[in-house]
Amino acid sequence: MNAVPLLAHGDSAAVFAWRPDGPVTVGAYLADVRALAARLPATGYLLNLCHDRYRFAVGFAAGLLRGMTSLQPSSQSPETFRRLQDDYPDLIALCDNPADAPDLPRFAFPGLDDAAETPAAGDIPLIPADHPAAILFTSGSTGLPQAQVKTWGKLALNGRAEAIALGLDARPQVLVGTVPVQHSYGFESTFLLALHGGCAFWSGKPFYPQDIAGALAAVPQPRLLVTTPFHLSALLASGIDLPAIDILLSATAPLSTALAAEAEARTGAPMLEIYGSTESGQLASRRTTDGAAWTLLPGVRLEQTGDETTACAGHVEGRIALSDVIELLPDNRFLLHGRHADLVNIAGKRTSLAYLNHQLGAVPGVVDGAFFLPDEEGPDGITRLTAFVVAPGLSARQITVALRQRIEAIFLPRPLLLVDKLPRNSTGKLPRSDLQALYATKVEGAGHGRG
Amino acid sequence: MSQAPSPESVEALLPEIAALIVSALNLDIDAGEIEADAPLFGDGLGLDSIDVLEIALVISKKYAIQLKSDNEDNIRIFSSLRALGTYIASQRSQ
Repeated sequence: MNAVPLLAHGDSAAVFAWRPDGPVTVGAYLADVRALAARLPATGYLLNLCHDRYRFAVGFAAGLLRGMTSLQPSSQSPETFRRLQDDYPDLIALCDNPADAPDLPRFAFPGLDDAAETPAAGDIPLIPADHPAAILFTSGSTGLPQAQVKTWGKLALNGRAEAIALGLDARPQVLVGTVPVQHSYGFESTFLLALHGGCAFWSGKPFYPQDIAGALAAVPQPRLLVTTPFHLSALLASGIDLPAIDILLSATAPLSTALAAEAEARTGAPMLEIYGSTESGQLASRRTTDGAAWTLLPGVRLEQTGDETTACAGHVEGRIALSDVIELLPDNRFLLHGRHADLVNIAGKRTSLAYLNHQLGAVPGVVDGAFFLPDEEGPDGITRLTAFVVAPGLSARQITVALRQRIEAIFLPRPLLLVDKLPRNSTGKLPRSDLQALYATKVEGAGHGRG
Repeated sequence: MSQAPSPESVEALLPEIAALIVSALNLDIDAGEIEADAPLFGDGLGLDSIDVLEIALVISKKYAIQLKSDNEDNIRIFSSLRALGTYIASQRSQ
């Protein structure tokens, strides 16, 4: 059977990860992986909740050696965990924090013997290419999680393709990520990029600007900061001094040229972006200040029928319809013209207005209601949803409390405005232009919110 | 370590911090509506991690305090308006 090595590093003495107490070599990593694999109950599905990126990496690979599949949900709410347990009754949660997942079958990340012998170079495990290595979940346009199965061969190809696109095959970097390793972007750009792009990674997940500076200082150059428009803009706004950065990488939402130019001026590093989705994996990259066009990752193809674009080939699993409006250009390049109208993406979390409106309408006492996504004020800020609601007898606060049980906090409306009726036209539809006008009167005119 | 700030000095800070939160997050409420001891997350104000970073930014600008998450106090610091005020007061008195 076709098999792909766990990692591409040729030298077991190469550094694979950096932890607060120093470097971990490829050989030491493999020893930890084998030690954990020997103890891990092979139940089929591994819900790897480790916060520490290195422990996640050990758990993921140990699971592979035991023929397990890694479950990577997009949220960690009790409701998500309940649903996972229904769908995957034999899952086991690998945890490095005693407070996580109290209601699931747990396996606490054990202390691994440092005495384990370093395996000889070349002694790298082989994993069947068609093994379902991970299932990543999207919120999906219906709001229900949709499982995206990723085979090991495709994941390895994705890591390799990203490394080539970013020029890391010639000059590997130490990856410092502000994003969680379980979600697709962090999984690809801090973990797969290490395994199959020859890079090393920082084990932590710095959050505040001061944390990011500290994490960068803790690893040697060349350093690549894996972040998002939101974290990046907070980092630059903080004005703190930053250690040298060699490459900046952003994904989850398009970056503005202004923020990209500022980031490059402040750090001297090229500001690169990745475009992709949980369904398709990573598809393209660009240097934001070079222009709006994206270049496809090696091997990936886009095909169009009408205004629908499909990704296929390379590391893409099957054929994946994309939710963005795309204009194809020659030479494997393309332009993004925004998402299809109904889809909402806030700080990388996706849902649809139809789903949100359905949840709003299901709140007892709500007669009519509609969510509205205002035009973005600045491309790098987080634009929040507004909701207009007809609900005689209810307060905005009461409706918000009920909504919180139904939708993720990030999609809660700010503000939620009570109105006497919605501006529905003769066919019952709510034209965006009419909602826009209502928004202008009720929100902007009233001095709410965005100043 | 810094000494604990007096309850009075924390209390005096709260209206100012509440106003900062409301304006930074464009919340649809008056600053006075944020109860000092109610949770900022979950069933309280329902804030999320995006908000934490926004609040951290305005706090660093206003009080010259850089929040760090490597101390385990992060969850406690953001547990309520009073907890946040206590943290800010303790950092300022250093």
